[in-house]
Amino acid sequence: MSERVAPTRTAEFEARLQKRYAAERRFRAIGLGAILFSVAVLLFLLATMTFNGIGGFQRVEMDVPIDFTEAGIAADPTAMAQPDAINTLQAQGLAEVVSFFASKQLGDEAAAELGGDAYRDVAAAIIADPSILREQVTFSLPVSADLASGYSGEGSPQMQALAKKLYEEGKISKNFDVGFLSRSDATNPQQVGIWGALKGSILTMAVTLLLAFPIGVLAALYLEEYAPKNRWTDLIEVSINNLAAVPSIIFGLLGVAVFLWMFPSYRSAPLIGGMTLALMTMPVIVISGRNAIKAVPPSIRDGALAVGASPVQVVFHHVLPLALPGILTGTIIGMARALGETAPLLMIGMRAFVATPPDGFTSPATVLPVQIFLWSDEIDRGFVERTSAAIIVLLLFLLVMNGLAIYLRNKFEKKW
Amino acid sequence: MSPTILLLLALGLGLAGWLAARARAWTFKRQSTDGRIASLPSYHAWYVALWIVIPVLAFVALWSAIAPGLVMQSVLADPAASQLPSFGFQRQAILNEARNVATGAAPAVFNQQATALVQPFRDAISHYNLIGIAATLVIAFLAGAWAFLRLKPDFAARTKVERIVMAILLGASLVAILTTIGILASLVFETVRFFGMVSPLDFLFGTHWGPDPMASASAVDGSRYGAIPLFWGTIFIGAIIAMIVAIPLGLMSAIYLTQYAAPGLRKWIKPALEILAGVPTVVYGYFAALTIAPAIRDMALAVGVSNPSSESALAAGLVMGVMIIPFVSSMADDSIAAVPQAMRDGSLAMGATTSETIRRVLVPAALPGIVAGIMLAISRAIGETMIVVMAASTAANLTANPLEAMTTVTVQIVAMLTGEGSFDHPATLSAFALGFVLFMVTLGLNFIALRVVKRFREAYE
Repeated sequence: MSERVAPTRTAEFEARLQKRYAAERRFRAIGLGAILFSVAVLLFLLATMTFNGIGGFQRVEMDVPIDFTEAGIAADPTAMAQPDAINTLQAQGLAEVVSFFASKQLGDEAAAELGGDAYRDVAAAIIADPSILREQVTFSLPVSADLASGYSGEGSPQMQALAKKLYEEGKISKNFDVGFLSRSDATNPQQVGIWGALKGSILTMAVTLLLAFPIGVLAALYLEEYAPKNRWTDLIEVSINNLAAVPSIIFGLLGVAVFLWMFPSYRSAPLIGGMTLALMTMPVIVISGRNAIKAVPPSIRDGALAVGASPVQVVFHHVLPLALPGILTGTIIGMARALGETAPLLMIGMRAFVATPPDGFTSPATVLPVQIFLWSDEIDRGFVERTSAAIIVLLLFLLVMNGLAIYLRNKFEKKW
Repeated sequence: MSPTILLLLALGLGLAGWLAARARAWTFKRQSTDGRIASLPSYHAWYVALWIVIPVLAFVALWSAIAPGLVMQSVLADPAASQLPSFGFQRQAILNEARNVATGAAPAVFNQQATALVQPFRDAISHYNLIGIAATLVIAFLAGAWAFLRLKPDFAARTKVERIVMAILLGASLVAILTTIGILASLVFETVRFFGMVSPLDFLFGTHWGPDPMASASAVDGSRYGAIPLFWGTIFIGAIIAMIVAIPLGLMSAIYLTQYAAPGLRKWIKPALEILAGVPTVVYGYFAALTIAPAIRDMALAVGVSNPSSESALAAGLVMGVMIIPFVSSMADDSIAAVPQAMRDGSLAMGATTSETIRRVLVPAALPGIVAGIMLAISRAIGETMIVVMAASTAANLTANPLEAMTTVTVQIVAMLTGEGSFDHPATLSAFALGFVLFMVTLGLNFIALRVVKRFREAYE
């Protein structure tokens, strides 16, 4: 009996099949590679920022014990309550006192590299608690930017040698810098903080939310529930879809040409920044809002109408509450995008050096991403770490916002 | 007067009207024979509150736009203002300083000339503040009283309130049109002014870009405003280098995720791609400038390129490509998912392997959607600003060497508008002309892409 061979499974066929399977495996591997590449880039980016940023949350400090009983600084409570209390203390020679005790304890060489603004930290401590003037207190004060870069193995050889010497003597050390989260911009990387920019971001986002959310939701309700099918409605829809795709920098140009022209005195104020970002965020809210409203089943509307609700009552009492989780998710995502937005705010002048946190919607401010951009332009090496630290703070905020959006979506999303 | 306080005042007055009207409606209700009135008391309340808040808000908006001008006018009318230098920056600086001191934004004057103006500023500001508050109160009272007097037991408050609500809804959706008109008008207006100084032909076809913001604005050298190097840099970075990275990687990611990946893997990879899309562009820009650009420069040096730029087009383009990957991937994902399952099943049933099905059936069928997605991706890439501002250069070079420094339209818009030039200078105005070109190009790309997507979707439905 002759052996039966399937007529199709010839040797050539098997070879061809192997080739096809090999191609299949190759294709699959390429696909996996593409994904792994994207993930690897993401991890590399996050790792770079974390690695650099950890140093940004620290600063090089020297411990200076100050015996205030010898210093002869007076601080009466009324003067300490004034906003210019730091100047009062400075006028009494606080800066000299600090550098005197620094050279007494650590030697002239080290005291010369005490940060120029270091006395401000001491002044802040006195203002917070004037009773320390009767005792001896040890402060951890920032060193100069030169010594700090010497500490990290950069900068001039003399500074590197000095930093090494002081470190071995235990006089300077790198500590976690709590003040980074509570100070504002400064020219010295040892003295900078992000609270000013963070507060500017919060104020700007508040304006954006207050404008974009109501307008976006109301526009979405109108388009989805009431708009008649006519040319005007088409025009509105087309312009919303187009606005969602317009590059953000164009909104910056609009801000310059319209808002700054209308309110020239509010240049670089959170109010103008928020208005510009609101125009950018509004289309995102409208589009996601419409999808959420569309997902509410018609039976809800019919039921409400059937028991006698008016069309406005149907929407505001029934459709809107049911669509709200979806709308909020879209709003948070739009706000997260606005929080990371830089270009339009650069255009409207939020790039100025602002050394005090803004105290209102109309005072000059900067925002977190713009602060990152400004620091990235600084020549001083100390700013590299500070920039990465600010990026970490920004990314954490975005992570929290996006996490909240995902949580809302998972918790409240209904499948009808 | 800060707008916040006027705003709070408006809301407070609205609340007062709301409470008063509700109390009134409850009185009607108690007095009526059957305990019913035409509308619920809360509708009466909303009717009055809306009648107070809307006119007051309109007035506040108008007032905060004109009040600074009125203050300035009355300060300039003061005798102390006659000492000011006639015009220009100095005058403006002194006036700003005096105002900042008067409003408490700055602690003290630096310029002695401003000292005399602080008091007039203070007087004028408090004068107009008083007028503003008084007018707000009068308007609120008149509008509120008019609405309040119309309340009657048989007053159809609900219908009226709903009519106002509908008008507000319509107004909210008109904001989108107003924004579009605002963008177009401001771009066109400033662009026309720019073309009054520089010929459009010089701008669109000139090959040398080097505006000098300090040059005299009266004798403009049109040959310095040739935007071809910017257009080329934008296309080279955004549409060529970035797309060489983003298209294959994005497409293959989408294919792997939709066709091969196990659900468990997909659950982790999709959020990772979303994170990649959610990273702010300023972070990408910093990453490009800090890490990628020096690495590329070192690599170029290592292979023997003499003097490569540290702000190469390649660094900006590569990072931009990575930024675009999630975008291309999600667009491709959508279009592949839109291909009917029957086509895929048919191909598999004929004995094709999965990859053959993808390459010969799914991708060709989804091609219009994929192409549209790529067009949207290009439109996003060329409008992207921060990566190129931080990683690309401001030097305009017309070259095809990716290691050279190149600049883009968006970089120049930022550079021109944040520079020192005055607002009437052609260098500043050129930012608007560039913005106009950018706007039209992205609009065109989006328009065509959305058309294609729509037609493609209809083909399979």
